[in-house]
Amino acid sequence: MTQNWTIPGVKDALLAKKISARELSAEFYKRISARNSELNAYLALSPERAYRQADKIDALVAAGKPLPPLAGVPVAIKDVISTRGITTTCGSKILENYVPPFDATAIERLDAAGAVILGKTNCDEFAMGSSNENSAYGAVRNPASTDRVPGGSSGGSAAAVAAGLAIAALGTDTGGSIRQPGALCGVPAMMGSYGRVSRYGLIAFASSLDRIGPFATSVADVAAVLRVIAGTDPLDSTSTTAPVPDYQAEILKPVKGLRLGIPKEYFGDGMDADVRQKIKAGLEIYKKLGCELVDIRMPHTDYAIATYYIIATAEASSNLARYDGVRFGLRVDSDSLLSMYKKTRGAGFGAEVKRRIVLGTYVLSAGYYDAYYLKGQKVRALIAQDFRNAFMNVDAIVTPTSPVPAFRLG
Amino acid sequence: MKITREDVVRVAELAYLDLSESELETYRRQIDEILEYIGKLNELDTSAVEPMAQVLAGDQAADATMREDLVVPCAVAHDILIQAPDPEPPYFRVPKVIER
Repeated sequence: MTQNWTIPGVKDALLAKKISARELSAEFYKRISARNSELNAYLALSPERAYRQADKIDALVAAGKPLPPLAGVPVAIKDVISTRGITTTCGSKILENYVPPFDATAIERLDAAGAVILGKTNCDEFAMGSSNENSAYGAVRNPASTDRVPGGSSGGSAAAVAAGLAIAALGTDTGGSIRQPGALCGVPAMMGSYGRVSRYGLIAFASSLDRIGPFATSVADVAAVLRVIAGTDPLDSTSTTAPVPDYQAEILKPVKGLRLGIPKEYFGDGMDADVRQKIKAGLEIYKKLGCELVDIRMPHTDYAIATYYIIATAEASSNLARYDGVRFGLRVDSDSLLSMYKKTRGAGFGAEVKRRIVLGTYVLSAGYYDAYYLKGQKVRALIAQDFRNAFMNVDAIVTPTSPVPAFRLG
Repeated sequence: MKITREDVVRVAELAYLDLSESELETYRRQIDEILEYIGKLNELDTSAVEPMAQVLAGDQAADATMREDLVVPCAVAHDILIQAPDPEPPYFRVPKVIER
């Protein structure tokens, strides 16, 4: 049985000189080479950058200097987040050979906190999907049962952590892409509120929804990573200036007396019996810990997916206009500029991405804008109001993350 | 039917997207189903609802968090250009745009 490392465990082992950061990185690369061909969780590995960082940490240990919070912790990064010098494809053929010349802010912060970036993880193309089968580089398999999906779109990050191929990972969530793979792989994961983590360097899908967040093997480790990556950033005007709490201290506080809202609308007919039973068991635990369970209503829940289809595709059609074969990525040569654009985009994007670009362009186009896009933005306001109303009455809302457990590929 | 083949052709033109005949028909059918589903939003009377223009509000709104417009050195032209499919430093080269 391989050792189940945690973030505090790494620090203790480094300080006790039981292992060096270089040895720990090497152990994770060994694990990856043993299992990745089966799982397809990693698309690219970055040993040069990883060992350079590990050696820096080992020098700190040797000099007896204080260690930063994630010193030597091997992490995996979803392939939609820019990493200097490491190929970043977004799971798409259109960015097959793209190597970002800069780091995303979240990556810079992980780097400064001493984390070791092992490589980039597979995902649905441009984060569009919930099974990870939309990657141009093949599906990811669920480590717990390899005939099943890991969820998506951050399926590679969830699978890497679940299989012990990284201690923590970054994913992104636009319509469930951190939460759902976390649930389907059985690993703690956190999508912070909008603006909590800077998106500078995140390759955009739908800018009013995209969020970065961590996966790890424990809630405490998720808190430790979020603490490092959260906080305002002058390079992202949508990052919030709200102070970053000490999450690791916050999660140790008792939950006694908290009011937990249970929205009826999230417990619909399509829900798997096992999931229903697990949620019930979880709620019983909260009750025993002294939480008060409160039935609440969120009447616009049923309109959320339709609203998402409009807003996410509209924003995607705009964000993905930048892939034109001029400045980076694929170019399919042609005799005129316009035909070069069309051929490049037609050949470079996969089916799901093209479908969403067409739908998004349609809902924004003249004559349909009011009926679809504007309507969507109005219903979005109603859905947001549901949440504001709920939080006037309760401290937290408890729902299943996914109505079904991991399903089979195909 | 909510969306026609001609609509898909027009939208693909707007999006600079080459689609094959079979893609045109597949997407038309799939998008038609999605639009049918989206139609349920019309069950809601939103005549008095302000559309949600941005997620963060008040002192966190994007226009409230603008920084000073400062000029800083940014010598990244080389790193950017080596990513281009057809660089001609210091330019990106593209197929001919203007016909003489």
